[in-house]
Amino acid sequence: MSESVATLRELLQQRFGARLGDFSEHAGALRVDVSLAAWVEVARALRDEAAFRFEQAIDLCVVDYLSYGEAEWDTGNVSNEGFSRGVEGEGAGRFNWADRPAAAHISNRFAVVVQLLSISNNQRLRLRCFAPDDGLPVVPTLVDVWRGLNWFEREAFDLFGVLFEGHPDLRRILTDYGFVGHPFRKDFPLVGNVEVRYDEARRRVVYEPVSIEPRVGVPRTVRDDARLEQAAAESAARAAR
Amino acid sequence: MQEIRNYTINFGPQHPAAHGVLRLVLEMDGEVVQRADPHVGLLHRGTEKLVESKPYNQSIGYMDRLDYVSMMCNEHAYVRAVERLLGVEAPERAQVIRTMFDEITRILNHLMWIGSNGIDLGAMTVFLYAFREREELMDCYEAVSGARMHATYYRPGGVYRDLPDRMPQYRESPWRKAADARRMNQWREGSMLDFLDAFTEDFPRRVDEYETLLTDNRIWKQRTVGIGVVSPEQALAWGMSGPMLRGSGIEWDLRRKQPYAAYDKFDFKIPVGVQGDCYDRYLIRVEEMRQSNHIIRQCVAWLRQNPGEVMLKNFKVAPPSRTEMKDDMEALIHHFKLFTEGYSVPAGEVYSAVEAPKGEFGVYMISDGANKPFRVKLRAPGFAHLSAMDEIARGHMLPDVVALIGTFDIVFGEVDR
Repeated sequence: MSESVATLRELLQQRFGARLGDFSEHAGALRVDVSLAAWVEVARALRDEAAFRFEQAIDLCVVDYLSYGEAEWDTGNVSNEGFSRGVEGEGAGRFNWADRPAAAHISNRFAVVVQLLSISNNQRLRLRCFAPDDGLPVVPTLVDVWRGLNWFEREAFDLFGVLFEGHPDLRRILTDYGFVGHPFRKDFPLVGNVEVRYDEARRRVVYEPVSIEPRVGVPRTVRDDARLEQAAAESAARAAR
Repeated sequence: MQEIRNYTINFGPQHPAAHGVLRLVLEMDGEVVQRADPHVGLLHRGTEKLVESKPYNQSIGYMDRLDYVSMMCNEHAYVRAVERLLGVEAPERAQVIRTMFDEITRILNHLMWIGSNGIDLGAMTVFLYAFREREELMDCYEAVSGARMHATYYRPGGVYRDLPDRMPQYRESPWRKAADARRMNQWREGSMLDFLDAFTEDFPRRVDEYETLLTDNRIWKQRTVGIGVVSPEQALAWGMSGPMLRGSGIEWDLRRKQPYAAYDKFDFKIPVGVQGDCYDRYLIRVEEMRQSNHIIRQCVAWLRQNPGEVMLKNFKVAPPSRTEMKDDMEALIHHFKLFTEGYSVPAGEVYSAVEAPKGEFGVYMISDGANKPFRVKLRAPGFAHLSAMDEIARGHMLPDVVALIGTFDIVFGEVDR
């Protein structure tokens, strides 16, 4: 698999050159950043040209990079204060709708990721494209290239609020009719905003603010210690065998 | 002259043939569908967001609840994603057990499908037959995990425990006579592998029974032949996978093309359709049951001959055994850390896909080095299939829409996630 990844990478670099950004290779798969301007053009070429032939777009999703790499638990130094080491976090489980943090502006917050599959060449490729403005993220639609992405883009719009320019039918798909907000953004509370129940007195379904308290069972911890090295060593030993 | 207009009908979300909570808004010209607009999301639970808020191992159970008729295949994709990010691999015996349970799951799924699709299209008996065999396989789930459906049996690093030496047995009771209990227990005297041997010996005959009810049945053919034809071009453009793709004549099966677990060890065939209609997909699923049965038999033979570990001995990822914990301080610490904080996964991203019974089920996972995933996207085959509903259903009659929902093999747990 790895040599075919290297070949694919070379082919992509030759064909598209500067229109592609960073390449990243992880767990035997290739991810390519595509510039916004070339997004549709590159996708179309990848579908049609014999060297690539990515007939299927298996999946499309959005990644919200807000709070990437942030931990809620200080593992840097050990103290005798025990649980007070728990850092005040801003994870989605820690606030409710009223106290949600003000929209943080970071560069390159939203990225659209497409998983491509070539059935003729038995190959996979992942494309990523950052939306330039995180206040109003807009990315051109790929529905004209793979029409199966229609619902995937609707879902991404619904859950993340990324707009797909040129999409024929950009409605919400998974959330409730009349839902407010984009629930999978990192600054949307895990407990949600409204709850629904049947009101016996009024004899209809009513919407109310959620009554559950935000709660985090296990704090988010980033560790970079020996345990991972041990796992890596074991996998290397297995490969050598 | 009376003015004739199109009218709109609401199909579901409380319709038994909607396979769950599909609300289908159909624009009709008489009996003919002009436009189909499926409204999904009534079962949306935000699984992907929940997964982001929990340590890796606590989310395996959510996977069972996605496609709740092919539970272990979903677990498999998730567990494999975690393993690939960690750079660990399950022991060989665990891989074969996973292969075997994936195939048991495939039979479970297809039995559910053949039964419910049969009932949708007017064949009552096949439903009762299919559930008879489903019950036996559900008992295998129960025997290994304690739960009939939501097993949480696969874990990063292997499977929860080795196959049990005995099967659950029926007991005599006021509503079950001793003779009946004895008859029902005749496969269950030995180990689980003995039970599976007996089951797989018998199962092809059971598939023949379903086929006598459906394959040459005139009504069944009238309802399925030439209905819901998907051209190969359409199947590719709509991102279809599994029997939907193979039904259109494209030979593509991840178990063969991008082998995972122990599929490269075993012999099986991939059925491919010609017409791309509902009938072809029916034939494919029936043949897949036979092939799965064949794979299970090979797995059973392999597992009999190769005892061994079923869980990684890396205590940074997998917990030590209960007995070790009782007298080893180190093991106790490992256990405590694993079940409170969990393990941190190196930063990176991975897309891991398995050939689930319905098609390609994928997990796209991004880790930023924490003990919880940063982002998880679950790629459900049913979501892609249902999105093609509008294009496929146009020009069909209203009752054919029921056949289409059946042939897409829709389960709302995975469509809505």
